[in-house]
Amino acid sequence: MAIGVKVLKRPTRETSYLRATLKGMALTFSHLWRPKVTMQYPEEKSSKDWTISSRWRGTHRMLTDEQGRAKCVACGLCPQICPANCIKLVPGEDEDGHRYPLIYEIDEFRCVFCGYCQEVCPEEAIHVGVHYENSEYSRDRFVYDLERLCAQTHPVSTLWDPSDPKGE
Amino acid sequence: MTFFLIASAVKVFVVFNLIMVGVALLTLAERRICAWMQDRLGPNRVGPQGLLQPAADGLKNFLKEETSPALADKTLFTLAPLISFVPALLTFAVIPFAAPLPTPWGPVAMVVADLPVGFLYILAISSLGVYGIVLAGWSSNNKYSLLGGLRATAQMISYEISLGMSTVAVLLLAGNVTLSQVIAQQQQGAWFVVSLTLAFIIFMISALAETNRLPFDLPEAEGELIAGYHTEYSAMKFSMFYIAEYSNMVTASALMATLFFGGWDIPFTSWDQTGEPSVLKTVATLAAFLAKTGFFLFTYIWIRWTLPRFRYDQLMALGWKVLLPLSLGYLAVIATAIWYLHAQLGWTYGTPFALALGAVNLVLVVLLVWWLDRGRLVSGSMAEEAA
Repeated sequence: MAIGVKVLKRPTRETSYLRATLKGMALTFSHLWRPKVTMQYPEEKSSKDWTISSRWRGTHRMLTDEQGRAKCVACGLCPQICPANCIKLVPGEDEDGHRYPLIYEIDEFRCVFCGYCQEVCPEEAIHVGVHYENSEYSRDRFVYDLERLCAQTHPVSTLWDPSDPKGE
Repeated sequence: MTFFLIASAVKVFVVFNLIMVGVALLTLAERRICAWMQDRLGPNRVGPQGLLQPAADGLKNFLKEETSPALADKTLFTLAPLISFVPALLTFAVIPFAAPLPTPWGPVAMVVADLPVGFLYILAISSLGVYGIVLAGWSSNNKYSLLGGLRATAQMISYEISLGMSTVAVLLLAGNVTLSQVIAQQQQGAWFVVSLTLAFIIFMISALAETNRLPFDLPEAEGELIAGYHTEYSAMKFSMFYIAEYSNMVTASALMATLFFGGWDIPFTSWDQTGEPSVLKTVATLAAFLAKTGFFLFTYIWIRWTLPRFRYDQLMALGWKVLLPLSLGYLAVIATAIWYLHAQLGWTYGTPFALALGAVNLVLVVLLVWWLDRGRLVSGSMAEEAA
């Protein structure tokens, strides 16, 4: 005994390997019959224990007006605020002086899904969405053009509301 | 003679395939039971309830790349998986698994080879398996593999002694080393688990160590030795170690069922071992044997997913300081008891004989439990008390 390790005297029921072993065996056996927590993912995407949050920031979605045109007015705020610099916007103007995006592309690979674009948008046009299954066979497919952004149908993110921080 | 040869060949073929299928299903059972114990579902995608998972695993292992370390001893490196694989399958040959099957050419004993030296054969062959592990560790030219192989050697040798000692009690009582005679003896009285409870406990613990299963899987010990002796193995060579481990489990479970739980005997009836052999009897006794073996296999898995691994000095302390003296002492007591009942009272083995021995065992087990239940038994390098 080189170093002064303090060994506590404990009652047998706390130090008995035998009882601990039997207790452990009983515990594992009882777990055999308990309900399982596994969610069988592709078939089952939410359970009573877990659903995706309505504040989830995923694949972008561009909302459209009644005529099916993108609500975007090409103000340029979203490419300005985007910290990842993933939004490409080339503005255009029609005969009536309405501005609209000639090119609107979001590179989902560069995007950090901060949701600033949705927050900053004055027209509530661009949104991050409650959606997470993005797989493609080619890398170019991850640059979403305007048409594809408009065609998304998933719900849009509610983002975090400072007046209701817990989402109640 | 021709009939004997054909019957043996058929039995070898059937038993080999049954064991391989059993091993495959056992890997699945292990993963699923482990999952259930952890409140998960486990692999259930390939086929109904995941039943084809072993086939998928096997296919994967066939297609994987065979790696071979540059400085490994090529011959031994290739030979080692075979050396651990073959004895694991060989041992099952002498275990009777059902009542004789009637055929137009006479009854066929449901055992691949009913060797007169049955049990000695098992001891001899099963100790060969360790060579595969040691050679795998040595030939890999890897320090972790070598350590795993070293540990395997020491562990196997230590526990083989108590394993042998615990079975000597069985042989004393049966008066025979032929496994079919051991079963016949148990059918006359009670199963040996009644008359030799403590031997069963020792045998079970030693068998866990012999098959390198948790809590005694120190040769693998992934926490400290990566994967121990099979660190350098891949693809089918790795798979062979895996199959060897599981077939060792099957054999050890079958052996526990045979030596202590009456083998293929159906309890509380003598219908299965008397009268003419019939197909129904063979099937029923086979079911009984499978149920017993399956129970022990489940226990193996159950223990694995409950208990943590022993420290190495604890393993050695348990083997040499506890199990060896225990089995020796037990042997002395049980030999005296058998001698007294046999020679002094003139009893032959039967239910009263078994119950008398059972009473002795009950006392011993109670004493053992009382002695074990004091806290800190296998403390190894732990100092008793700081002054």
